Amino acid sequence: MADEARLIDLDGLQGLIDALGARGYTVVGPTVCDGAIVSAPVHDVDDLPHGWGDEQDAAHYRLRRRDDDAVFGFAAGAQSAKPVVFPAHELIWRGRRTGTEFTVNERDADGPTAGPPPPYALLGVKSCDLHALAIHDTVLLGRGYTDTRYAERRAGSFVVAVTCTDPGGTCFCASMGTGPHPDTGFDLALTELLDGGPHRFLVEVGTPRGAEVLAGVVAPPAAASDVAAADAVVAQATGRMGRTLDTDGLKDVLYASAESPRWDDVASRCLACTNCTLVCPTCFCTSVEDVADLTGDVAERRRVWDSCFNEDFSYIHGGSIRTETRSRYRQWITHKLAAWVDQFGTSGCVGCGRCITWCPAAIDITAEAAALRWTPQPAAAGS
Amino acid sequence: MTSLIDNQRPGRAGAIDDRPVDPMVPRPYRISRTRQDTRDTFTLELEPIDGPLLRYRAGQFTMLDAFGVGEVPISISGDPTRPGPLEHTIRDVGVVTHALIAAPTGAVLGVRGPFGTSWDVAAGEGKDVVFVAGGIGLAPLRPALMELLAHRDRYNRVVLLYGARTPEDILFGDELRTWAKDHGVIVEVTVDNGQHAWRGRVGLVTQLVPRAGFDPRNTLALVCGPETMMRYVAAALTDRGVPEHRVRLSMERNMKCGVGLCGHCQLRELFVCVDGPVLPYSRLAPLLSTREL
Repeated sequence: MADEARLIDLDGLQGLIDALGARGYTVVGPTVCDGAIVSAPVHDVDDLPHGWGDEQDAAHYRLRRRDDDAVFGFAAGAQSAKPVVFPAHELIWRGRRTGTEFTVNERDADGPTAGPPPPYALLGVKSCDLHALAIHDTVLLGRGYTDTRYAERRAGSFVVAVTCTDPGGTCFCASMGTGPHPDTGFDLALTELLDGGPHRFLVEVGTPRGAEVLAGVVAPPAAASDVAAADAVVAQATGRMGRTLDTDGLKDVLYASAESPRWDDVASRCLACTNCTLVCPTCFCTSVEDVADLTGDVAERRRVWDSCFNEDFSYIHGGSIRTETRSRYRQWITHKLAAWVDQFGTSGCVGCGRCITWCPAAIDITAEAAALRWTPQPAAAGS
Repeated sequence: MTSLIDNQRPGRAGAIDDRPVDPMVPRPYRISRTRQDTRDTFTLELEPIDGPLLRYRAGQFTMLDAFGVGEVPISISGDPTRPGPLEHTIRDVGVVTHALIAAPTGAVLGVRGPFGTSWDVAAGEGKDVVFVAGGIGLAPLRPALMELLAHRDRYNRVVLLYGARTPEDILFGDELRTWAKDHGVIVEVTVDNGQHAWRGRVGLVTQLVPRAGFDPRNTLALVCGPETMMRYVAAALTDRGVPEHRVRLSMERNMKCGVGLCGHCQLRELFVCVDGPVLPYSRLAPLLSTREL
């Protein structure tokens, strides 16, 4: 924990929300909606999920009442910060045809899918999702070409991270080295303390911008005992992961498993429904949709989330490359846990467990990776 | 119309816009000519409306946009050594390609790019260079051959092995004769199905590889065609002793962005749009042997 940690109470948390709002941010944080923890605009500390926890297992998600009044006492919500900074639908351009010519206006208007306006303050980002944001930065900003809309949203975003104090049954961030305590990539980081003392939050400052915002909030320096209490919360959470994933040599395991019989096994269960890719905080694949009005004179192109589980994802003239579910599951997990390392220098998995929780067939990425590790390979297949 | 791209963003009038150019927004090009090459293949010549001619390297592709219909990746088939209209040779196989070839002269299309890696034919200087094309795969190879012919004396034997479905499907027929007659290119053409009037070879282009006159130890081979054809050709070339890293293939995959962001073109760790489309067989061999990878 940082030496200059500060302390706020629930009034201080309200002060933080107000301070962010006063600086023009749309504060997006966890709320209870449709029986799940869902990100939504937050104006009042009472909008947060007071006293709500969750129960997560493969193909299982339930909210539960906690026996305390924690506001961040749940594991990964239904979605990460991905839909905020990388929306599922986004206008790329709109154009008008006149005779044989056409003019293109870059994003000349917000489409019907536009959400609350940026800039955003992301409140309550768990460490797994913080790492996912950093991974998206690498994928979408850190290479030859840049996603210009993501760049704008991300540059303007303020991040209030939070230590995950109550990991769920599908969590394995400790295996991935991505949590539960936020280590970098935030403006401010909170650790909620409910140790019998007053309900309070240890605040770590990550950036000058974070310090500037915190300056307007009543936040006295934390006592050594508060810092120790936060350390204890982190240690306890680290030991309560519902899942583990052995990452040792995992890239080589996946690459060597290209012809594994395990793909047929998992394909017999996988519905290719794309739920895993939709809830994954790092999945970034998109498609484009062209829409024209009835006259054909006004057209627009939208970027929409896509999934490698869709058959037409790999379509080229003559047919799709990956016609079978086994090939698509292989693509997904091999990309996530192996090819990602070659492409971007880190695993594509942050251990948030969402793909396990939200898979209707209870397919578990940690179990599949373990099975691939221990499934005998067929004799080297020739071409 | 002076500028068809309006980069003035709303709400920022008068402000200096220092945001990067969006690689996802097409630039307008006018069709100056559409030439029918075969019954289903056409070459489009495109001229930019609001900027200089596109500079590109042999082997690169663009994303071609038919307004309101969609966008497809198409390799450039023109001559990179001579300034002129942007050329794409397109087979009429889908909704977008049909809209592209059916657009009238003077119509405006959108162009993004050029994107991707080049054939780097200059790596074959002082060597024999073997081009192996299947079907429309001759079109992406044409810029590399034109680049080579601009400095023909720097290369040793130049061989073009070309397989088409039928004699009617042979692309660039006049040029094939010119390359052979005037530039000392050994041109061997074979077809899958020949009618009575066809006096040339019938069979797979793969079968031409073992007999062609080149020195495998000192050869650069550039291959473009259907993936199955390329796999067999690459195997035939390496069987003769051409080193794997000097056999280059141009890969085709689904592409929505062309700039490594959409994820569609991935081949294990490769993004075919930015790591390719031209890739050495030494990198591809382990990937092409797995079905549906």
